[in-house]
Amino acid sequence: MGKIVAGIGSSHVPGVGRAYDLGRQETPAWKPLFDGYVPVKRWLEEEIKADVAIVVYNDHGTAFFFDRVPTFALGTGEVYPVADEGWGPRPLPPIPGAPELSAHLAESLVNDEFDITMCYDMPVDHGLLTPLPLLWSHVPDWNVNVIPLAVNVLLHPLPTGLRCFKLGQAIRRAVESYPDDTRVVVVGTGGLSHQLNGERFGFLSPEFDREWLDRIVSDPEGLTKLSHDELMLRAGAEAVEVIMWLIMRGAMAPEVIELHRNYYAPLVTGMGLLSLVDA
Amino acid sequence: MEIPGTYVFDIARARQGYPFNKMAYSLQQPSNREVYLKDERGYLERYGLSESQISAVLERDWLRLIKEGANSYMLMKLGATIGVGHYHQGAQERGETYEEFLATRTNPGAT
Repeated sequence: MGKIVAGIGSSHVPGVGRAYDLGRQETPAWKPLFDGYVPVKRWLEEEIKADVAIVVYNDHGTAFFFDRVPTFALGTGEVYPVADEGWGPRPLPPIPGAPELSAHLAESLVNDEFDITMCYDMPVDHGLLTPLPLLWSHVPDWNVNVIPLAVNVLLHPLPTGLRCFKLGQAIRRAVESYPDDTRVVVVGTGGLSHQLNGERFGFLSPEFDREWLDRIVSDPEGLTKLSHDELMLRAGAEAVEVIMWLIMRGAMAPEVIELHRNYYAPLVTGMGLLSLVDA
Repeated sequence: MEIPGTYVFDIARARQGYPFNKMAYSLQQPSNREVYLKDERGYLERYGLSESQISAVLERDWLRLIKEGANSYMLMKLGATIGVGHYHQGAQERGETYEEFLATRTNPGAT
């Protein structure tokens, strides 16, 4: 049977992808960020050995425009192209999908009252691509198959934190009802504190971020009670995307063990990294 | 809830900013970026931006564009075409120079 073997929370800042592509991992400004991923990547390769990563992320007006905005969109493709977001595509191989598991997830989620949008042909942007090479190898090709799950966190109204948490629980039921022995990691991306618009651009709250990292482990249901307004007020308008971590957390057991944590807030985003396994 | 200095991108704002955002979205095509750079005003007019949105683009007035419904990720796409980084846009939205903005950060090297 399918099994969820780990949960990862990670921010997805475009500047991190740029620094990675330029080989800046050892520079003083970037080392505190990249060093945090090194043991996690090793652990994923040597111990977790996932077959599939379900990556919960948001599209940034790349594959989807504001003419039609799905709240939850599940990739069902064999492969996902690397998007050109406006700067040219990143030098990464296309992302291999897991179409059989995708089809099972779609079937299971819809029958479990989650009416997701199904996306066969979908380029993926920095929401998914920023953490992926920091967690899995892509040389010469990716050593994991990926199922993208895109969440609308751009155009309000957004799904509630509680809805996200419940979707995570439904993903767990779906994976555990998959007949093959497939090892699945769920990655929740986004956040932590940041704001990218208006006079309040650059708002950061390391205090909120610490609390989020602590409570995603110990009190995720408490976090589902934070309204979008409260999240935006305390952590910045774009920080509301932390609700995607609740999908990851919902897919884990009620009690979890935290194995890795990193935090770095050099510029405009509190960048968090967390790895969890079921207790 | 009103949060000072914050422009939550909702359905009303998306409607107001639709022509600008659709124009910026089109710049994901490399050939469109070339066309844009050859005739900026003509490109903006073809997408039906209001005269106020057009002048805000031509004047690089990022805060005004945000107030007129621009989505910040679409500002980034336009910035990528015309060579203005998002942190430069953000500094201006704050009413600061880029250098003043960087001075407020804990590690300005991480751009």
